[in-house]
Amino acid sequence: MPDGAIGTPIRRREDQRFLTGTGQYVDDFNRPDQTYAWMVRSSVAHAVIKSVDTSKAEAAPGVVKILTGADWAADGVGGLPCGWQVIGKNDVAMHEPPHPALVADKVRHVGDNLAIVIAETKAQARDAAELIEIDLEELPAVVSMADAAADGAALVHEDVPNNLCYDWEIGVKEDVDAVFDKADHVTVLDLVNNRLVANPIEPRAALAEYDPAGDHYTLYTTSQNPHVIRLLMGAFVLSIPEHKLRIVAPDVGGGFGAKIYHYAEEAILTWASKKVRRPIKWTADRSDSFMTDAQGRDHVTTGELALDKDGHFLALRVQTNANMGGYLSTFAPAIPTYLYATLLAGLYKTPMIYCNVKAYFTNTVPVDAYRGAGRPEACYLLERLVEQAARETGIDKIDIRRRNFISAAEMPYQTPVALEYDSGDFIRNLEDGLKSADYDGFAARRAESEKNGKLRGIGLATYIEACGIAPSAVAGALGARAGLYESAEVRVHPTGSVTVFTGSHQHGQGHETTFAQLVADGLGVAVENVEVVHGDTDRIQFGMGTYGSRSLAVGGSAIVKAMDKVVEKGKKIAAHLLEASVDDIEFDAGTFRVSGTDKELGIGDIALTAYVPHNYPIEELEPGLDETAFYDPKNFTYPNGCHIAEVEIDPTTGEVTLCSFNAVDDFGRIVNPMIVEGQVHGGLVQGIGQALMERCVYDDQGQLVTGSFNDYCLPRADDVPSFTVGTNEGAPCTHNPLGVKGCGEAGTIGAGAAVTNAVLDALGTQGIHNIDMPATPHRVWQALQQSNG
Amino acid sequence: MYDFNYKRATSVEDAAAAIRSADDGKIVAGGMTLLPTLKQRLANPSDVIDLADIGDLVGITVDGSSVTIGAMTPHAVVHASADVKKAIPALSKLAGLIGDPMVRNRGTIGGSISNNDPAADYPSAVVGLGATVHTNKREIAGDDFFTGMFETALEEDEIVTKVVFPIPEKAAYMKFPNPASRYAIVGTFVSKGPQGTRVAVTGAGPCVFRQSDMEAALEGNFAPESVENIKQADGDLNTDIHASAEYRAHLVTVMAKRAVAEANG
Repeated sequence: MPDGAIGTPIRRREDQRFLTGTGQYVDDFNRPDQTYAWMVRSSVAHAVIKSVDTSKAEAAPGVVKILTGADWAADGVGGLPCGWQVIGKNDVAMHEPPHPALVADKVRHVGDNLAIVIAETKAQARDAAELIEIDLEELPAVVSMADAAADGAALVHEDVPNNLCYDWEIGVKEDVDAVFDKADHVTVLDLVNNRLVANPIEPRAALAEYDPAGDHYTLYTTSQNPHVIRLLMGAFVLSIPEHKLRIVAPDVGGGFGAKIYHYAEEAILTWASKKVRRPIKWTADRSDSFMTDAQGRDHVTTGELALDKDGHFLALRVQTNANMGGYLSTFAPAIPTYLYATLLAGLYKTPMIYCNVKAYFTNTVPVDAYRGAGRPEACYLLERLVEQAARETGIDKIDIRRRNFISAAEMPYQTPVALEYDSGDFIRNLEDGLKSADYDGFAARRAESEKNGKLRGIGLATYIEACGIAPSAVAGALGARAGLYESAEVRVHPTGSVTVFTGSHQHGQGHETTFAQLVADGLGVAVENVEVVHGDTDRIQFGMGTYGSRSLAVGGSAIVKAMDKVVEKGKKIAAHLLEASVDDIEFDAGTFRVSGTDKELGIGDIALTAYVPHNYPIEELEPGLDETAFYDPKNFTYPNGCHIAEVEIDPTTGEVTLCSFNAVDDFGRIVNPMIVEGQVHGGLVQGIGQALMERCVYDDQGQLVTGSFNDYCLPRADDVPSFTVGTNEGAPCTHNPLGVKGCGEAGTIGAGAAVTNAVLDALGTQGIHNIDMPATPHRVWQALQQSNG
Repeated sequence: MYDFNYKRATSVEDAAAAIRSADDGKIVAGGMTLLPTLKQRLANPSDVIDLADIGDLVGITVDGSSVTIGAMTPHAVVHASADVKKAIPALSKLAGLIGDPMVRNRGTIGGSISNNDPAADYPSAVVGLGATVHTNKREIAGDDFFTGMFETALEEDEIVTKVVFPIPEKAAYMKFPNPASRYAIVGTFVSKGPQGTRVAVTGAGPCVFRQSDMEAALEGNFAPESVENIKQADGDLNTDIHASAEYRAHLVTVMAKRAVAEANG
């Protein structure tokens, strides 16, 4: 077995350059004769643009060009497209109002783009920007979804009545209502899933360059999916064909979803680069990130669970309002529908489910997928309902789960909300989780806390997610405007080293290591002889990028498929050289062997022969050893697990201390356990952040109150305990060649519900049974005051 | 940031003269507030006068009755000083709770108190210990130094040179940090010593203040029970997304009680 084989925790190869400051991020690129851009953004949430006077600014030192919404409109270029169309009730398609990259008529959120100033230096661009005279006639801001839906509410988009983007449903309401009417018990829960800001460590940046010699554009951008940007921007916004447009997404410092989307600055810079005939660089500062990166979550939900007298779930009924913000971001409509409502079965055999989702426009930053994307919202609702139902019926919260879990023997399992789970052993994860968390010892720990005047609670979240996004035909039927396969090229060089070109993109995931392990394992070459290349549309054949925990399950499977082709061709070459029938050639650990003999050749010999084809079946076989594959998944993958949080609350101050967090996850087969553990840790911190600390706040005028880290509470290392995480590999994915399910989002999915359930378990002793995330000290203290008062 | 004239002063008098001659000059000490403000273009001074080269302003001396800290001494140095830890452990602890390691290694006591952020930690120690602020012009009692939100008794060309803290019999600082910024939502500094019994509160209101009801109660009996039922009025306290005035008022009592307990060891 070569070093770095599948299952070994080798160190991340890319970390050397990241940790020594030699990574190459977009802002590290500089082009000759480069200019700098400053984006002029709206300081108000909702206003009619009366005038934008750039005359003084044009005359400012160093200014190269200023372009406004009027210029954008005059050029007749397109708006930013939406990549997913949701069809609502009665076949009514969602409203899809125009999203100009530079606005000319109205601003619709603080941070909306009014103009771009291009100058010799960034400081000069910013100086000139201050000289632009902007006359805005303010309109009432629509901030909350209650505001948006109110009678007579101001309209974010004039042609969208009631600010309602779509009114969508899944399931048959009448049938579900009938079950509720006869149920022995109904648990009802109103909750808010708080809006979050993704906050990758590297702010977005873009560098656009136009080459008049070839009428060719290059855009360096902080993207999770450069080919998607090429498609969206080239085909839908600027009408630049693929062969004239190169997108480079080099080292990218975190994404968490927020770097999936096609952003205005990318289109504006590319468009402007031809006008000024010079490269233009724009780099966001943290304020830009808060105002313009797509935000996450923001649901207001009523959920109801119907049970029989034995605690069996009979039906689930859900009404969710989802905030889209001021415009539709690239995948926004899909998140509260196909990535949320379809997960509402969870791990349970609930036979009937109905969910209605109303999506609203508001004068806030657009909302789209943020790590987990819909699935944390589903898990949060469901697991809160389950623990509340357990409390209300007096059934133990572990027992109620056992009674309703889908068993391993029932796989594959068709849920009432479209998905077919392929695998999973939920009971085992639960048992392992309880053991890991020393669940039986909780009562003693609670008693000890009580002695110290503290409230202790333990909470669970069992979750399942749909990852490995996605089978193209299924996605297409649900409204996706793209296929969701992945591609890979495995190029075996003449001396046996290998370059892998992947359409996946890494921005923290460690693909350069994990994917190299796949190749080391699959082709029997040393891991250091494998290079993984990603993030450049001129080097990579095609790709759909990285999100939805899809890279290993879909991108990795494409690599396996390409390796299979390499081996298949290698066998033909080996058969020729070893004078045997191709059917008699077997391949294992880098060696082609005539079955049952000691006649063998290494993959290096085969590669050399493929490129120096002197003794070669040239009539039947092309030279070279370089194979490309596209892999379209047969189904989603279904990572699942059991997360258990234990908290202690100081009732005097309301402070919640997270004492322990135990996670048992089924990610299918594990390629690099260390990287998986790191992924889980990162996800957990973001989930815990949502549960206890993070929230994005707008005031009544639509001003972003949490516009910096002074007010937006991002967790730090000392806010969380050491985690205990484990994996179960006993129920691998049944439909991809690696048996992998994906691990990128799991932490965020389970943690919010587990921590909040733990907080409510502690507060329940004081008669408090509902609290919204984040359970900040202030909120907890207020709840205790009200309960005591 | 906007352009400004930058001067590295060679002495306090040189700095004061530069401030006098500038249209709208700003002194920079550690720069932990001013630099972010400049970078965000929220300030537009004509001149920035840097005290970094004035070696006289850095250092800590401890004698039998007081701890003297030079205005340009960084928080990290105060926190790590064995002399400070021995003489006034509460002061050492407070310095170690400010900001993060970068802030503590750049930020200075002179800069912090001259800026007088309502949620800064140091003002509570200056008032809570009855310290004296020395400037290039005079000595100002700690009680008179902080006059309002971001306001102090300093004249325009007046520069803090050092702060002299009398060594108390006992003292403690208890801070409830803002979970996001880690400034004080409420910080309560209590002491008993040559300056009497003091309870100084930062973070809760627009400016550090003394809690006289608690001081009176502690004067009689310096024990946690003395303050636990004293309610802080919330009328003038701050409200923001992190904490209501009511919650801050509650925390003043909680932090005072805990501080007294810690001071009593």
